Amino acid sequence: MVRPAALTRRPAPPGPFQPGFWRSPLRGPWLTALLGLALLVLLAIVIATGFLSHAAYNPDLGANAIVDRGRDLPLLSFGWPTRPVWLYAATQGLHVTVGIVAVPLLLAKLWSVIPKLWAWPPVASPAQGLERLTLVALVGSAAFQFATGIVNAQLWYPFHFGFVRAHYFGAVIFTAALLLHVAVKVPVMREAARTRRAIMPAARPPHASAPDGTISRRGLFGLVAGAMGALVVVTAGQSTGGPLRRIAVLAPRGGDDNDFPVNITAATAGIAPARTGTAWRLRIAGARTEQLDRDELLALAQTSASLPIACVEGWSTTQRWSGVRLADLAARAGRPDATSVRVRSLQKRGKFAQVTLSGDQLRDPRSLLALRVNGADLSLDHGFPARVIVPAAPGVHCTKWVAALEFAA
Amino acid sequence: MTAWLRAHYGASPGHLLGHLAVLAVVGYALWALLPGGGTARAINLLAWLLLGAVLHDLVALPLYSLADRAAQRATRRRPRLLNHLRVPAAISATLLLVSFPLILVRADASYVRATGRHVEGYARSWLLITAGLFAASALLYVVRSRRDRLHDAGGPSGDQRRPGAGVDRDRVRLPDRRPAR
Repeated sequence: MVRPAALTRRPAPPGPFQPGFWRSPLRGPWLTALLGLALLVLLAIVIATGFLSHAAYNPDLGANAIVDRGRDLPLLSFGWPTRPVWLYAATQGLHVTVGIVAVPLLLAKLWSVIPKLWAWPPVASPAQGLERLTLVALVGSAAFQFATGIVNAQLWYPFHFGFVRAHYFGAVIFTAALLLHVAVKVPVMREAARTRRAIMPAARPPHASAPDGTISRRGLFGLVAGAMGALVVVTAGQSTGGPLRRIAVLAPRGGDDNDFPVNITAATAGIAPARTGTAWRLRIAGARTEQLDRDELLALAQTSASLPIACVEGWSTTQRWSGVRLADLAARAGRPDATSVRVRSLQKRGKFAQVTLSGDQLRDPRSLLALRVNGADLSLDHGFPARVIVPAAPGVHCTKWVAALEFAA
Repeated sequence: MTAWLRAHYGASPGHLLGHLAVLAVVGYALWALLPGGGTARAINLLAWLLLGAVLHDLVALPLYSLADRAAQRATRRRPRLLNHLRVPAAISATLLLVSFPLILVRADASYVRATGRHVEGYARSWLLITAGLFAASALLYVVRSRRDRLHDAGGPSGDQRRPGAGVDRDRVRLPDRRPAR
């Protein structure tokens, strides 16, 4: 083994190991501190909303868990609320949009510290060796989280592993490595700020422009902000709705469309039209079991509610739904105080062929077995003959083509 | 103990504990993630966990730095033009990086399965945005160049003359110019 002291005595090899190789005068502790601080704010939002999304699936109930129970972080399981109704649309919209918008900052931050990758000697002490190892985890997991999240939202799955588990445990690595990185670098940032205060009076005024042919630090911030702004314009509308949706031309679910977005068509789910016709019956089970056809459901008390469908991929859309309250159906099944309901779909395969909703969710007066949307019958792709809609729940928990509701005491 | 660590490890005990804790978390996450699905899946997962950083640091960053160097050489006689190329190119490249699965139609089949629609119009949108960015930047360049020429022609009376005005800034390589890399 080469002793660290022996390494430090060796001169740095040519090329990127030489300090003069990286020429931009912009790089320095102050630039990195500013970029890092801005990035940290965005990453805090992305991380918090990401783990909230895990909780929104109520992984303690039924077969809801996608990440193996017992291996995820236990403190993150709590009863997901039903109000405000836009809760999941907001948290998941933020998760995806802020994640996308953080990309230019991340790239600029990595650009600002690239000379450190080539620092010579590569490992000056065991402490620095450990630091480099955790930086591999930090940068590796950062690239992994951004890459998998961004391509997954565009419905491209070029990897051979399940997205949800990998993105979850990738986040565990990333969060731990980031916390450590912040702890190690806060003193460096403080030092950079102090040095800057000390030298600023002698330095040229901040509004001085850089000579043509280079870019000023302000110019670099402007460029990063411009790229972030461009990303907001072309993607945020799929989550915010309204006039922004039309200009969200690079969002997977933005742009112009006559109908609101569909997630999983009936054809993909293997829903044969014959099974959704007059032969269809809803089975409700509790203290007693009953079969209801669609006309009988339409004859029950109908409730309307404007609720968002909010997808884990970040897009959301608020529509006017009407149908029968889940609470009314629980009472009809003889379980007015049900603590959960298992919703089964006509869809036979797939992770969301069945979903378990909590007592809070099924008792919310706006939780519906929807039969109609915007004054018309549901279309087949939107879940005809009946679908669940629950305020603030992830979109995939709003089961389409419902076949049975099993209320548990 | 602390002094011994400083001498032989190179940092404080807190530093050592913090780093060991993070490595333990990494080990835990890999333990939770890797099993199941066979060796090929595990290798694919590890590759994805590591390759992003490698591709960025050893491929993407050197490539865009080289592209920037080429742009610097190409604009040597008109240094002001450089940032008017850099800005639209960087924003356009960022949009491509973030949206290339849609722009280059990487996943039409799964898009159709989910949405019932084909991937359509993204390449056109990106090209139009890119064209718009470069056009706006070119327009700004022309306006700024013309304004400077008017200033230069305005004679020595103007107080607003900037240092360097009077020489044709677009044709002179400034001595303190230090291109970014």
